[in-house]
Amino acid sequence: MSSSRTRPAARRTARVLGLASAGLGVAMLRDPKGVARVSGVDDSATALSVIPLVGARELLHALPLLAGRPGWAWTRVAGDAVDLTAMGVALSHRGGERGRRLRTATAAVAGLAALDLLTAARSRRAGSRSAARELLPSSAPWKSAIDVSAAATVNRPPQEVHARWHDFSRLPEFMAHVREVRPAGIGRWHWVAEAPGRRTVEWVAEVVEESPGERIRWRSLPGADVENAGVVEFRPAPGDQGTEVRVRLAYAQPGGKAGKAVAKLFGEAPDQQVRDDLARFKQILETGQVVRSEGTPEGPLARRMAKQQPAVPRS
Amino acid sequence: MRATQWMGKNHVEVNEVPDPRLLNDRDAIVKVTSTAICGSDLHLYDGFIPTMKKGDILGHEFMGEVVEVGRGVSNLRVGDRVVVPFPIACGACNACERGLFSVCENSNPNAGMAEKLWGHSPCGIFGYSHLVGGYPGGQAEYARVPFADVGPFKVEDDLTDEQVLFLTDIFPTGYMGAEMCDISPGDVVAVWGAGPVGLFAVASAKMLGAERVVAIDRFGYRLDKAREAGATDVLNYEEVDVLDALNELTAGRGPDGCIDAVGLEATHPTTAVDAYDRAKTAVMAETERPHALREAIMACRSGGTVSVIGVYGGLMDKFPVGSLMNRSLTVRTGQAHVHRYLKPLYEKIRDGEIDPTFLISHTLPLDRAPEGYRMFRDKEDDCTKVVLKP
Repeated sequence: MSSSRTRPAARRTARVLGLASAGLGVAMLRDPKGVARVSGVDDSATALSVIPLVGARELLHALPLLAGRPGWAWTRVAGDAVDLTAMGVALSHRGGERGRRLRTATAAVAGLAALDLLTAARSRRAGSRSAARELLPSSAPWKSAIDVSAAATVNRPPQEVHARWHDFSRLPEFMAHVREVRPAGIGRWHWVAEAPGRRTVEWVAEVVEESPGERIRWRSLPGADVENAGVVEFRPAPGDQGTEVRVRLAYAQPGGKAGKAVAKLFGEAPDQQVRDDLARFKQILETGQVVRSEGTPEGPLARRMAKQQPAVPRS
Repeated sequence: MRATQWMGKNHVEVNEVPDPRLLNDRDAIVKVTSTAICGSDLHLYDGFIPTMKKGDILGHEFMGEVVEVGRGVSNLRVGDRVVVPFPIACGACNACERGLFSVCENSNPNAGMAEKLWGHSPCGIFGYSHLVGGYPGGQAEYARVPFADVGPFKVEDDLTDEQVLFLTDIFPTGYMGAEMCDISPGDVVAVWGAGPVGLFAVASAKMLGAERVVAIDRFGYRLDKAREAGATDVLNYEEVDVLDALNELTAGRGPDGCIDAVGLEATHPTTAVDAYDRAKTAVMAETERPHALREAIMACRSGGTVSVIGVYGGLMDKFPVGSLMNRSLTVRTGQAHVHRYLKPLYEKIRDGEIDPTFLISHTLPLDRAPEGYRMFRDKEDDCTKVVLKP
């Protein structure tokens, strides 16, 4: 299960790298000689002229990284490659004390390079923008997307599980924040979802692919309050255990206020919400009801988990 | 109605609360006629189980009379006398179909919470924290029973509440503990803890054909009860070294089956060892004091089985995994799949093979539940088992 919104850990690492970039950049611009001495290249005039340029580059990286954009670590990775190559060349004709210092500096740069690479790679995995793009309608005006998925095994045959999901007007029975889905023409459905502050967001979605017992795919039509798309797949579970259900939803997140509203719609745990929806779907198919307790009267619900009622009957 | 509420660590109260209502078609409401305090309730009382909320109604061992049924319950009628298994199970998921009722995939509405702590969620349980559902318990005048068409077992013979009440939990739990040891003739089974579950494990091991059954505890009166339950040998761990004594008893082999009926709040006779785990749990560096489990592993015969029915909640320290791996031990464990055992164990009671009433030491009105909790925890007045009458 994953969310496309950048993981907090990746943002934190990005900020650390940003700080490192800023520190290095300032040092290189203010005192290129000192930097050259520490790195053991103070014997080279070329080095003295290159170091301030590298410093400027570092400062350029620093800004987006400090803003918590781990994707910018890729530019650092490229810079690291250049630096390490230059240092390798410098190492080949230096020995003694200078050689020792240069080896230490090279090791430090290599260490940072590893962190850069890790952060950049993780930003790509967490971002999965391309995956969301493939789901979302091309009209979607988005800067990023909330892209969530969940899977569950439902102890009923694929045809039956498919049929229950296919009944779009009954999706609100297990999708917690969807208030209503009503028919709006052939293969089209008008969705009304709850938004924070007692507001609602609406859109019309069309089914773009449907293979009974296997897959349903839908996406919003132009004019949606929130552009979105979804796909649910049904596969027979091994060992006669029913059906494996895998669902993926993507919500375009435009910039600015609208983007913030979409994020709010999903709260802090978009993954947990889609997992909860799927848990309720499984409960309905297997037991005929959403399972409720006095502590969680709505059935599985992410926001309720943090705010349990005492396990006491309500009057 | 009156109900026993958890108000904080070491603090329970019996208060007036709203009567339960049906929340689903497959619910029933039971008027509780007898309920008991379980050893595992003491873990809640002592504050060892997370996600309790002030006001939660306690109790997962209860029985009574059906007073209301939902439209989806066709097997029960108002007036039926039922015992209610402590695990809440839907009867329809893959786990239930395989008889693994205590890991029902649907009955815990807070599964997301449990998944964070345990990877996957077990079933919902009455009155046992929000991690396993946030269901009110049965130490009350009334209780709502979800999936009432699956769990409650009708008692139609002329048996007293006290005879059948322990089918809700401790008899099946002890029995499953013994059953997991796959006892064959000649086997020696050792049981750590001679509390109610341990006593049923002793009796069950005997029933299942163990040659010798060794009970281990530190309270003389409980070891006496263990003899009554069928233990051939008893060990007081404050007086003897358990590993030495078990080796002596089995001529160096070790017991074939070792049952941990203690769980996370064990004590250790060596002050330093006891203090070590108390200190670590106090600073949350571990959540358990697993002395019994460590000892059961070390004691077990090579190739033998360690059966864990004592309750654990989180993470433990100094787990003797080397002993476990190098000596081909098998660990089997689980909350009891009570539903499986209801009929066969009920028949054993009805046919007089066992009289479970032997372990009841105190019967109190519901209003005296706080006193019952204290006595049971402090082992006051030779307390073995407290039954409450609403």
